[in-house]
Amino acid sequence: MKITRKDFLRLSGLGLLAVVGKKAVRAVTEARAPSAPAKAAKRWGMVIDLGKCRQESGCVDCIKACNTAHNIPQFPDRAHEVKWIWNQPFETVFPLAQTDYTKQAFAGHPIPLLCNHCANPPCVRVCPTQATWKRDEDGIVMMDWHRCIGCRYCMAACPYGSRSFNWQDPRPAIASINPDFPTRTKGVVEKCNFCEERLARGQRPACIEACPEKTIVFGDLNDPDSEPRQLLRTRFALQREPELGTSPSVFYLV
Amino acid sequence: MFMFEKAIVGGRRYWVWVLCLTGIILAGFLCYLRQLTYGLAITGLSRDVTWGLYIAQFTFFVGVAASAVMVVLPYYLHDYKQFGRITILGEFLAVGAVTMCMLFIFVDMGQPSRVLNVMRYPTPWSLMFWDMISLGGYLVLNAVISLVMLSSERKGVSPPHWIKPIIILSIPWAVSIHTVTAFLYSGLPGRAFWMTAVLAPRFLASAFAAGPALLILLCLVLRKVAGFDAGREAIDELGVIVTYATVINVFLVLMELFTTFYSRIPEHMEHFKYVFLGLDGNYHLAPWMWLSGLLILAALALLLVPKWRHNPRLLPVACVCVFVSLWLDKGLGLIIGGFTPSPLGAVTTYTPTWPEATIVLGVWAIGALMITVLYKIALSVREAH
Repeated sequence: MKITRKDFLRLSGLGLLAVVGKKAVRAVTEARAPSAPAKAAKRWGMVIDLGKCRQESGCVDCIKACNTAHNIPQFPDRAHEVKWIWNQPFETVFPLAQTDYTKQAFAGHPIPLLCNHCANPPCVRVCPTQATWKRDEDGIVMMDWHRCIGCRYCMAACPYGSRSFNWQDPRPAIASINPDFPTRTKGVVEKCNFCEERLARGQRPACIEACPEKTIVFGDLNDPDSEPRQLLRTRFALQREPELGTSPSVFYLV
Repeated sequence: MFMFEKAIVGGRRYWVWVLCLTGIILAGFLCYLRQLTYGLAITGLSRDVTWGLYIAQFTFFVGVAASAVMVVLPYYLHDYKQFGRITILGEFLAVGAVTMCMLFIFVDMGQPSRVLNVMRYPTPWSLMFWDMISLGGYLVLNAVISLVMLSSERKGVSPPHWIKPIIILSIPWAVSIHTVTAFLYSGLPGRAFWMTAVLAPRFLASAFAAGPALLILLCLVLRKVAGFDAGREAIDELGVIVTYATVINVFLVLMELFTTFYSRIPEHMEHFKYVFLGLDGNYHLAPWMWLSGLLILAALALLLVPKWRHNPRLLPVACVCVFVSLWLDKGLGLIIGGFTPSPLGAVTTYTPTWPEATIVLGVWAIGALMITVLYKIALSVREAH
């Protein structure tokens, strides 16, 4: 059979089209359908009892433990900060919980902040490479630091300011490197991972272990008998900006 | 190939201009190499203001690219013959502008070597994915259309029939590129400044004002330096398009201001307050935004009075006002204003650094060089006839 130049071009064009078409079909069909909650599926969640937290007297044990466990660089310049768990005054964290005439009990108190591991995370929705995704089996919002292209769209999408970008090489700014956890490279986004590496070993998150006051309770939000669920049944709790429909998995007892 | 030989013949002035642009491109490239080594820390961006000049320029020039439709549509759909001479200029402007947009996205990335991940892991629920498709498609459409039209013009034959549906397709495609760009912003919870349904219409209106204004200015420059006459009537018609689009844009901005300030929802008002008045002692953006407002009002006055709009001295002034005003609004205020105050209420000053500005200038110069070369080719083909 003789193939003319025109035939060749036509065939290679068709071939290319088929490849692109297959990719597109796969992408569309693989678009995650709202996952029917399998029986075993967990949803890790956290309940922080603000009445127990001693951050206003200067305790930052949880933050220190996280920084050490996850090789988080310390940059003096606020613009280039990388932080997974940190604290901020109550009124910036819960701006709508303030009223004009009644001083909230926690006004001015530092409140621990971290990624909310939302059930409906906007960061995951916007990521163009699926470098951040919600893990089906336990609801943790994960990051792949080898896939992230550093476009920072997730940082624009996160309504909680939970994500940090490596504006420069983080390694020189890490006091002592923990060999059990990866360091990151410049140009990628990172955030709290709910200590998924510790959960995999059957341990609780580092911030919880470090807290001298047992402020934070961790467990499966899908299990009605779990510790966090028992607390949430009896105490009044706040979520950050629940009106946005993101459904945070971090709760604050007030 | 592609009539490129016509671009390497030129007078002294042409080569001086090309050399200047090449110099700026080199300077930008050197700064980019530094950014590649040290990371985006060499820019003025921060944890709170994560996008700045690069992404703002991308947004603005998507508009310039989309505005080619303002000459393509009257010429091909309504057979408006007066645009015959400038349609190719509009299409080549789009080619240059889309290239700049892609470069601005590229220089903004933290890990540029991984850019192909966007194609390796196609993610249809991310607007960034659709932006890539719409920009890439628009570049191909305009490149194919302009080159096919130009080569048939050179050969003195009528263009092939298959090009007509492609031209028709390029019209909604132009609208789509700027709509998708607006969707990048307007679908984000917690960013009240962008959370508005008029963002996409506003983007289109400002694009159809700034783009044709630039095209008028380019036509006038070409008349000076290359003896190209776009035709009085075509320029006047472009002036009318700029006028309508500017009026619609100002109208949409006023609607935005009304809903924000009559509802008095603090979260929405704070961004506007920051942009126009300053917040927590940070008012470095306010003077620029007021300048933008004054320029657009001046432009409106010059454009709305027919006597002034038809005045060949005042029309370019109005066009410069429109272009600069909308550049300040979209290429500066829109992005920075969306990030300030941050979701946690922090007001962080963003000031572009010198290397960052040089990279921006470098990308502009690449766009200008492309447009120079393409216009040179187009006009040489014309002259030969």
